[in-house]
Amino acid sequence: MSLLEVAVRSASVLAAFLVLPLLVGQTEHKVMAHMQGRLGPMYAGGFHGWAQLVADGVKFVQKEDITPRAADRWVFRLAPAVALIPYLVALATIPVHPGVAAIDVPGSLVLALAATSVGALGTLMAGWASANKYALLGGLRAAAQLVSYELPIVLAAASIALAGGSLSVATLTDRWSPWWMVWQLPGAIVFIVAACAELQRPPFDMPVADAELVMGAWTEYTGLRFAFFLLAEYAGIVVMSLLVAVLWLGGWHGPFEDTLGWLWTLLKGFAVAVVIIWVRVAWPRLREDQLQRLAWVWLVPLALGQLLLTGAGVVMGW
Amino acid sequence: MTALDTAFAATGLVAVVGGLLAVTTRHVVHAALWLVVALLGVAGALLVLGAELVALVLVLVYVGAVVVLVLFALMLTRAPIGPDLEHRAGPWRTAGSAALGAAVAVLLGSVLLPLTGGAVERAEVTSTQVAGQIFGTWVWPFELLSLLLLVALVAALAVSRIPREAAP
Repeated sequence: MSLLEVAVRSASVLAAFLVLPLLVGQTEHKVMAHMQGRLGPMYAGGFHGWAQLVADGVKFVQKEDITPRAADRWVFRLAPAVALIPYLVALATIPVHPGVAAIDVPGSLVLALAATSVGALGTLMAGWASANKYALLGGLRAAAQLVSYELPIVLAAASIALAGGSLSVATLTDRWSPWWMVWQLPGAIVFIVAACAELQRPPFDMPVADAELVMGAWTEYTGLRFAFFLLAEYAGIVVMSLLVAVLWLGGWHGPFEDTLGWLWTLLKGFAVAVVIIWVRVAWPRLREDQLQRLAWVWLVPLALGQLLLTGAGVVMGW
Repeated sequence: MTALDTAFAATGLVAVVGGLLAVTTRHVVHAALWLVVALLGVAGALLVLGAELVALVLVLVYVGAVVVLVLFALMLTRAPIGPDLEHRAGPWRTAGSAALGAAVAVLLGSVLLPLTGGAVERAEVTSTQVAGQIFGTWVWPFELLSLLLLVALVAALAVSRIPREAAP
């Protein structure tokens, strides 16, 4: 791999990392608004407020960057980066077109899962270092939630890896067949629900419950650092949606996949992202005990059952 | 010195420095975070040596779950911001543990160093090989370890559920 190729791959991942989350964010503004009988942003940029998030970004850059006096300076300032960068790595592992992925390694599925699990540390660091009780409680809730929902995510992904006989996302998508949408469906549902919880999206937003904890672990953050946490959340939606798209929905499989494969991947990912937005609007926030119950009583057994089914299917050669 | 040697030395240095800082820092949460740095260093060294799956699982399990649990436990108890001077070890204990750590390092070094060749070599360990080793050759130790962890888990639950009416 030449230096130029490395530069082009990195630049394209960075571009996708900066554009796709904004696209999802704008979609969320509009979809949520229309579901609630509103219009959402209409003025910024002219056409249906398309530049609203760019304007928000400019606003965040202008704000003062405050570190509270009682905070643990270095950990506080480092936390947004720890939350954000792992999603950049995870996004790089996702193939969008036959043979096109920024990082194409044999274990890319494990790499993506490992990277997203590191991102959780950022929230914990933020919660502890802020020297604020709301932030600490938010960090505690986030930790409890992330540990519980890590397991269903890994189990659901393991079932897909077993079905395709590989740990590489590109190979798995290559071996995908429409039949997977039927017998891997429980795994897909577990993955999407657990991904919402991992991203601390409503209805799993106990850690940032605004009525109780102001903004949870992010309470003390301002300006660009706060924006980085928001960007991490939306980048997380992009990563998880694309993972669902390439693993369960077949990624680039579709008409004219040799030329239009990338479009199918992105469209399928976008559809999953819209479902994640829809879930946010449709369900009220879960209480902490309901949240833990859902993970351990429903998702983990369901994921284990799926793993058992897949194992049996692979051994019998279905 | 090849590029692999340099990469191995760099990741090894990260692991050692992270480990040393994790032991010597006075901030209890910083110790857990330096542990993350040390673990990432070890994972990097494994990657350089070609054991991709082991490196990634190390990050997934230890950084993603174990350190998160450690931080959770620290936040539940008192983890003050700033140096923790209450639990300072005296000079004798510091010197003793430093001597013990140095002795172990020298012992391990003298045993392991003669086993290594000159340059760092990439082994290209595939996932199939790792699986074959764990679930073939080492399956009994592996299962025994998981049984041990299960016993520890059940025992912890039992201890935490003992009724406390005997306490004054």
